[in-house]
Amino acid sequence: MTQQNNLPIETVTGEQTSQEVAVTVTDLDLYYGETRALREINLNIPSNRVTAFIGPSGCGKSTLLRCFNRLNDLIESCRIEGEILLNGRDIYANNVEVAELRREVGIVFQKPNPFPKSIYENVAYGLRIQGVNRRRQLDETVEWALKAAALWEEVKDRLNDSAFGLSGGQQQRLVIARAIAVQPKFILLDEPCSALDPISTLKVEELISKLKSQYTIIMVTHNMQQAARVSDYTAFMHMGELIEFGATDQIFTNPRLKKTEDYITGRYG
Amino acid sequence: MTDKLHFGQHISHQFNAELEEVRSKVLYMGGVVEEQLANALRVLVFDELELARDVIDADAIVNSLEVEIDEECTRIVARRQPAATDLRLVMTVSKTITELERIGDEAKRVARMSRKDMDGALEDEMRASLELMGDLVRDMLRQVLDAFARTDVDTAVLVVKADHKVDKKYKKLVKQLIRQMSRHPDSVPAMMNIMWAVRSLERLGDRCQNIAEHIIYMVLGTDVRHIKLDDVLAEIEAQSEQEPE
Repeated sequence: MTQQNNLPIETVTGEQTSQEVAVTVTDLDLYYGETRALREINLNIPSNRVTAFIGPSGCGKSTLLRCFNRLNDLIESCRIEGEILLNGRDIYANNVEVAELRREVGIVFQKPNPFPKSIYENVAYGLRIQGVNRRRQLDETVEWALKAAALWEEVKDRLNDSAFGLSGGQQQRLVIARAIAVQPKFILLDEPCSALDPISTLKVEELISKLKSQYTIIMVTHNMQQAARVSDYTAFMHMGELIEFGATDQIFTNPRLKKTEDYITGRYG
Repeated sequence: MTDKLHFGQHISHQFNAELEEVRSKVLYMGGVVEEQLANALRVLVFDELELARDVIDADAIVNSLEVEIDEECTRIVARRQPAATDLRLVMTVSKTITELERIGDEAKRVARMSRKDMDGALEDEMRASLELMGDLVRDMLRQVLDAFARTDVDTAVLVVKADHKVDKKYKKLVKQLIRQMSRHPDSVPAMMNIMWAVRSLERLGDRCQNIAEHIIYMVLGTDVRHIKLDDVLAEIEAQSEQEPE
């Protein structure tokens, strides 16, 4: 077991020396009440790359993802030990403004959750909260974000229509546009395509690849082929532990550990 | 066929069956090619000319097996999107059958060349050398198929090593042939045919070596092509030290 705990760190330092580290997780344990949901997670996530978390249901991948914008704070019984640094800053330090943190770390969930507002207002929402009210600046940012989310061409003539009129795939890209409108540094994606049809899925995946030059993207996915298609690095988790972390090419052609191999090839563990 | 790489442990039994099927077909194809080579060598070394026909006829079987197995690999990639060892198996099979088909072609060439203008042209010493080289190559082929069946790196390494012996033997035989030709110019047409056959045997050894390298890749995930034997061994050693289980 100790070997497995050490391996991810070795893998990271061994293969990513040239890549800047955006997230450093050190000895992270997470408890829901008495249940230990994450165990001794040690992980360095490179910046401006897509990192995918894969693993069976209940392995802790979503829980880990939600640590990065402190979404777990909302769960009363949740307790965290260890350290998470985002660009060198300890996000669980006392002086951290959680609202400020979440502006830097956007999150997109499994089911698209647009607000019951117009397409335009959905994207402008975060800016308005920040106090931006100048029409011109809002217009520019909305257009920029919708273009970046590859949605502009499809909605530019109906910006004032309700966001609920969009298809699932369009709604998901709208939510991504809303997330990037406030110019975060990180984008967390929690199974962003599991409610989408294959074509919409490909569009969102295309968008993810496009966005990675500007953002550090961390995604949770149940779809292994998706992890193989879009991510640069893959972390395999099992029962609250990080089993193996490495370049996606390596994980999918030659994983170091049998547990990883069994999972990605669909063998009995 | 052993299952060290756990090809039979997928949650999908259908997938297990597909991989099993493709592996046994490779071995069947290997068996046909082995027989082709054995027969071709008997034509070459013992002048059993009537076997040449069998070698040439078997070619059609080998060709259709190549196409069939290749289609199966394509189907598995399309439908199963294999990863890790499964992916490496499919890639290895796809490359191995190409090599096997070429080995069949070389065997055919050996048979063809050796039935021409050969009446009693072979001296005993030459015959013995040819037999020796033939045995070496046959061993390589047998071993490499064995390595495939047992997903066995050690045996694959033996095959890579054996190719050097074949190369040496080849050079020696070429010298012998040249000597023979310069001594007996009237034997040149026959000796040239032997030369071609020997050349085919040498190539055949190379192809076995290629398959052995594919097998090493399949088992360890390390590509050992185009590197020196010592480096291959070092690579394998490093790999097995890394293996946590």
